[in-house]
Amino acid sequence: MFRFILTKLGVLIPTFLGVTLIAFSFIRMLPGDPIELLAGERGVTPERHAELMANLGFDRPIWEQYFSFLWGILHGDLGVSFMSRQPVLEEFLTRFPATVELAGCAIIFAALIGLPAGIIAAVKRGSAFDHTLMGISLTGYSMPIFWWGLLLIILFSATLGWTPVSGRLSALFWIEQDTGFMLIDAFFSDEEGAFKSAVSHLILPTIVLGTIPLAIIARQTRSAMLEVLGEDYVRTARAKGLSSFRVIGIHALRNALITVVTVIGLQVGVLLAGAILTETIFSWPGIGKWMIDSIFRRDYFAVQGGIVLIASIVMMVNLFVDFMYGLINPRILHRR
Amino acid sequence: MIKKGLLATAAFASMLAMGSVSAEAKTFVYCSEGSPEGFTPALYTSGTSFDASSRNIFNRLVEFERGSTIMTPGLAQSWEVSEDGLSYTFHLRDGVQFHKTKFFTPSRELNADDVLFSFNRQWKADHPYHKVSGGTYEYFSGYVSFPDILQTIEKLDDKTVKFTLQKPDAAFISKIAIDFASIHSAEYAQQMMDAGTPEKFDQEPIGTGPFQFVSYQKDAFIRYQANDDYWSGRAPLDKLVFAITPDAQVAYQKLAAGECHLIPYPNQADLAAIEANKDLTVDSQEGLNVGYLAFNTEKKPFDDKRVRQALNYAMNKEAIIKSVFQGAGKAAKNPLPPTLWGYNEEIQDYPYDPAKAKALLAEAGVTNLSTDIWAMPVKRPYNPNAKRMAELIQADWAAVGVNAEIVSMEWGEYLSRSQKGDHDTVLLGWTADYPDPDNFLSLLNCASAKSGGNRARWCHKEFDDLFNEAVKVSDPEKRTALYEQAQAVFKEEAPWVTVAHSVVHKAMSNKVVDFRIDPLGGHVFYGVDLK
Repeated sequence: MFRFILTKLGVLIPTFLGVTLIAFSFIRMLPGDPIELLAGERGVTPERHAELMANLGFDRPIWEQYFSFLWGILHGDLGVSFMSRQPVLEEFLTRFPATVELAGCAIIFAALIGLPAGIIAAVKRGSAFDHTLMGISLTGYSMPIFWWGLLLIILFSATLGWTPVSGRLSALFWIEQDTGFMLIDAFFSDEEGAFKSAVSHLILPTIVLGTIPLAIIARQTRSAMLEVLGEDYVRTARAKGLSSFRVIGIHALRNALITVVTVIGLQVGVLLAGAILTETIFSWPGIGKWMIDSIFRRDYFAVQGGIVLIASIVMMVNLFVDFMYGLINPRILHRR
Repeated sequence: MIKKGLLATAAFASMLAMGSVSAEAKTFVYCSEGSPEGFTPALYTSGTSFDASSRNIFNRLVEFERGSTIMTPGLAQSWEVSEDGLSYTFHLRDGVQFHKTKFFTPSRELNADDVLFSFNRQWKADHPYHKVSGGTYEYFSGYVSFPDILQTIEKLDDKTVKFTLQKPDAAFISKIAIDFASIHSAEYAQQMMDAGTPEKFDQEPIGTGPFQFVSYQKDAFIRYQANDDYWSGRAPLDKLVFAITPDAQVAYQKLAAGECHLIPYPNQADLAAIEANKDLTVDSQEGLNVGYLAFNTEKKPFDDKRVRQALNYAMNKEAIIKSVFQGAGKAAKNPLPPTLWGYNEEIQDYPYDPAKAKALLAEAGVTNLSTDIWAMPVKRPYNPNAKRMAELIQADWAAVGVNAEIVSMEWGEYLSRSQKGDHDTVLLGWTADYPDPDNFLSLLNCASAKSGGNRARWCHKEFDDLFNEAVKVSDPEKRTALYEQAQAVFKEEAPWVTVAHSVVHKAMSNKVVDFRIDPLGGHVFYGVDLK
């Protein structure tokens, strides 16, 4: 086990360094800089431009800037956002709960529907249900998030009036944000109806963000199950006279889950990427929207810090998924 | 299964009571277009930040009357200007209280120390607050360059402050009415400094304005409540909420669903639907702006005014306005908008006359001219669709034998390269910071030709002399006369094609009473009520 963890960590370090390099250079390769964008139509004299760039430390040699970025990461300091003049880490952490809440709900939504749907489709292979499900999931997989979000808003919020249009809570509730998780904060607040409002605000963004992972989970579960259902030991189990529920639910599913857990783990990256669009359309105050704003403003520190943090989270989740394999299938741990 | 899931979710949603905006609580919800960067207008200078701070929380010594560009006493109830135009003495209003909030209780009313603090923080590099929050004071040090204008600011007594200038500046009073000159509490600043948290001063603001800050949930809500002790009378609204909604389409849906009362920038395409909705209203007003095409007068053949005139004649402005502004614009003949004082009514615009254009080009000896038209990649009130505008100009110019290529690039690069003069002709525009012709015409003087703000890179002695003279004179009639002459010189020399002044729209619920569109582009909620 120890060796397994060590090998995985050994791969992580170069990956992490690669991410810092990409994050650092990507935002600097975009044309325009924060000072020019701030000045806008009025322009800025070259002297003032140079002075302001120097204030931000952008006059130093590029390698020096990169190493001070790395040095900062080692000390937990990601610099200060140019726009808000607040530490990047703090900016990230105040918005992160909103994204976690949304992504968490989306993945739960996707798994709760995707897993059973995939299992049923595999068991009833070739049935009308199977064909319909695969058709819908292909559509879901190719759904452009922005269009899908607007469509749901226009239908459920504007036309039917069932759900609120955007945001995390009705503007009429003035609750304290102690944890940053709106469901928790609203639940423990004194204001009646706040929790209901928080839940109703989550519905559409959850569906929009969960659609693609749902489609992927359903398809992967189906194919993993199909493969396992054809194995000898499943036939043996059936021949032993076990109930269909035990065969599928315990013997087959456990092995199919290896693939499915990987897929769910990989969805974290998809979710964070999808969150950028979902948050923009639903005015959801998470890190996705913040990253987009920061990129448009060429807020170098916020962008490079944000990318490194997000990438680290994705890497951590993947590492966690690797350990989960071990738990589900101990052979993986002992293979080396 | 998926279908069932969706249905179940929808049914669940329908069971939830929807909190829609009710009028009885007098809570006004404004679907603002973005997040403020912070709450000190001297530091955070976007229009969005100004709306969230200076325009509702703070006051200035001198203010603009709501919904107009008329100057009115703010925290200074009166002022005197010396004969030589070099000193301004302001008498502060009595009994002005700073906000009393959860995090601050003022022990005294507004006095001269607060005025000194507010300006010295931006001015003096050794001021304890100068570097707090990474202080770069874009307006003070950059756009209005107060370090080049101010000599001293003195406290004569508790209620009197004297500003002495290095040189006369007739637009000085307008300039100190701009958001960056908002007055802060020196006492609060000191308290935050003593507590070791000076940067909180810029995030949890204390002002003297009609609304006081309650809380800000980043990218979601800003909450305010009415200041009960407001010196000009309590606001009719009890609470004010900015619900941050960047997408204009979503903002419109929120307005239609009753989740907010007002949206600042409705899409042109949604206007007809909003007007058709019996619960909603659209208000419009001419904006204080101008959209233009600048010729790079340093490049041949645009150094010849006949060529510039010819290309003015060759452009069919009415067609452009119809297509690009969909009627929500007005052809521009001057670099000043018509609602601004100093606008020269007498000027005749170059009519659309391709024959005349050809003749002028021939006279200048220009044949087979190949050039470029730079088109902005962003939407602005003064130019909602620069690419479309460029295409129309391209077609008009082709008709007189000028072959133009449309160039577009990322906004930051567009700004910096056009500032360096890489273009032949460039589309751009301007929206007023303060209602003075000086603010528009400074885009055309020799100083800005050097710094790059003057995209025509046009430095004309006669125009420049008139401009500089007008800044020195304080008599409004004389200034008007000088600006009118300057506009005549501008029109004759034609460094720009003045294309259009746009109309701005605000969409709101019918419950909103007495919202006035601010010509300077702000959103002010004092005086607004709900039915």
